Amino acid sequence: MTLYQPLSAHIAGIGVLGPGLADWAAARAVLAGAPWTPSATPMPAPESLPPAERRRVGNVVRLALAVGMQAASAGGADAATLATVFASSGGDGANCHAICEALASGDRLISPTRFHNSVNNAASGYWGIATGAQAASTIVSAYDGSFAAGLVEALSQLRASAAPVLLIAYDLPYPEPLAAARPQGAAFATALLLTPDSHGAQALPRLALAGFTCCACDSLPDPALDALRRDVPAARALPLLARMARGEAGTSVLEYLDGLALAVDVTP
Amino acid sequence: MSPLALSRYTATSCLGAGLAATRAALAAGRSGLIPCDFETVALDTWIGRVAGVEDAALPTQLAAYDCRNNRLALLGLQQDGFLDAAREAVARYGAHRVAVLLGTSTSGILETELAYRQRDPASGALPAGFNYRGTHNIYSVAEFTRELTGAHGPAWVSSTACSSSAKVFASAARLIEAGLVDAAIVGGVDSLCLTTLYGFNSLELVAAEPCRPYDAARKGISIGEAAAFALLERPSAAADGNAVLLLGSGESSDAYHMSSPHPEGRGACQAMEQALASAALAADAIDYINLHGTGTPSNDAAEGKAVQALFGDRVPASSTKGATGHTLGAAGALEAVFSALALADGLIPGSPGTRALDPALALRYECRPRQAPLRHVLSNSFGFGGTNCSLLFGRLAAVEGTR
Repeated sequence: MTLYQPLSAHIAGIGVLGPGLADWAAARAVLAGAPWTPSATPMPAPESLPPAERRRVGNVVRLALAVGMQAASAGGADAATLATVFASSGGDGANCHAICEALASGDRLISPTRFHNSVNNAASGYWGIATGAQAASTIVSAYDGSFAAGLVEALSQLRASAAPVLLIAYDLPYPEPLAAARPQGAAFATALLLTPDSHGAQALPRLALAGFTCCACDSLPDPALDALRRDVPAARALPLLARMARGEAGTSVLEYLDGLALAVDVTP
Repeated sequence: MSPLALSRYTATSCLGAGLAATRAALAAGRSGLIPCDFETVALDTWIGRVAGVEDAALPTQLAAYDCRNNRLALLGLQQDGFLDAAREAVARYGAHRVAVLLGTSTSGILETELAYRQRDPASGALPAGFNYRGTHNIYSVAEFTRELTGAHGPAWVSSTACSSSAKVFASAARLIEAGLVDAAIVGGVDSLCLTTLYGFNSLELVAAEPCRPYDAARKGISIGEAAAFALLERPSAAADGNAVLLLGSGESSDAYHMSSPHPEGRGACQAMEQALASAALAADAIDYINLHGTGTPSNDAAEGKAVQALFGDRVPASSTKGATGHTLGAAGALEAVFSALALADGLIPGSPGTRALDPALALRYECRPRQAPLRHVLSNSFGFGGTNCSLLFGRLAAVEGTR
């Protein structure tokens, strides 16, 4: 029987964009107990894209690029060198709505930009154009468990490559009528720059995959923040972020699939 | 990477349901493309449509997943004893030790396209029966497969356009290597819908004739649908020499453009180099390359340059998209199965539709199927957003001979 080392990584940088949460500093304060005043999630302009592409992207790409840049820059990493794992429950709902409306109309004309923006890896493609990153990039989806799926994929990539991996999780509410079929509370994104254990910086927080469990997943003590966690798939990351914000060592249990939660040991 | 066995594999495309029909069509160099007769689509193009998808009946308890994409998944899983093999793996290793990692590009979006025709005129609401989670939801096909097989380990859907179901082979290998699971059900399922037919048409990438990969007069793609699956696990001591192994994988990004490949095939080249490096093999070990070869002028030119740079004109290569159409998110897994069949049968597939090779792409391009003993096969899958994935497969007998 082979004994396996648990998958693990240091967290060299964190990005957060959410309602009233402009970055990790703001989110850290709120998750550690400071008052939270939800307001519209900031949608930073995609300054890193060339002008032609900048005009073409929707809020999904803006959010994903901005939160990824936050984590890369917090970790002092050159984004061009990073492998990326994107995680999202769904695609660009606004873009999908426009395409489905066009297809249900008489002429069925779709704009070429709408179509190439409709691929689920649009954020990954624009990230490459923005940063010049030529390393592996993927996107995984597992409905409400998409963040956990992304974390498993990112940690296993890091193990295989022994190189940093940037995990970028994001979800945005769909417009009606799709929203009625798939309600999501708010736009929320988080990014973790995961670096190998050997990278030297012992001061960095560390996480290790303790395994899969059927235990109930963690909730947040603040009812409003816990509602955000429940309403947005990407915000299922909040218990992990809260543990880091509070500087509390221990195990976070994150929602993944039915009967299969993800247990993550955190050493702040 | 440590080699993994494809201990069972199956494919369903317009060439037929299951391996017997697929083998016969590949060996005969037959195309399954037909003039587009899908739904109400009024486009002058050819498609690779799977016969019998409409008749596939989901089990009653999984009725919430009913849509064209999951019917196609079911039809695919029922071929070649794959469903039984998957359930046996679950029984052998335990439900939580078997992962389900699948690729798709459009999932069950057809249901949403149709629902948008039936919106309430006053409120704009979708019809009451519309079920997002079971159909349009990008993860739906993996959730359905998880329920059907009882494989309750980690699961997700990778949706990186046309490399989706190649990348899940690489992901599964990492999960097995890390010890998180003992086996993985991997594959790709993508079904015809209006978004891709009208969308590729808007980019003027759809041919009015059956696609002609690597032809000097190629005019674009033919869109197809397919379901292809493999069961990945560590090689068994009892495996025979014809067993097929996943030996390596490479993934890269063009970082260039959303819908056009890097003109020199830079990312394609990196993916193929990485696949060779992860299998610890040199370029001269490759005996056949199943090209991405979609039949658009820019795709084939970029891939052709990359293959030429790494392999010159020595290695036999062909695209099977003239046989199946471009099955998008299913193409990686479908062509992984074609690569496995090529190795097991000693068959280099041809390229139906290709008439006069593009002289600018100096490959050893194979238009007609032929028999040849093959040790190692490389399979390329590239997609929108500049995503690239190459997989490297080998016959167990060849691997044992070189190690």
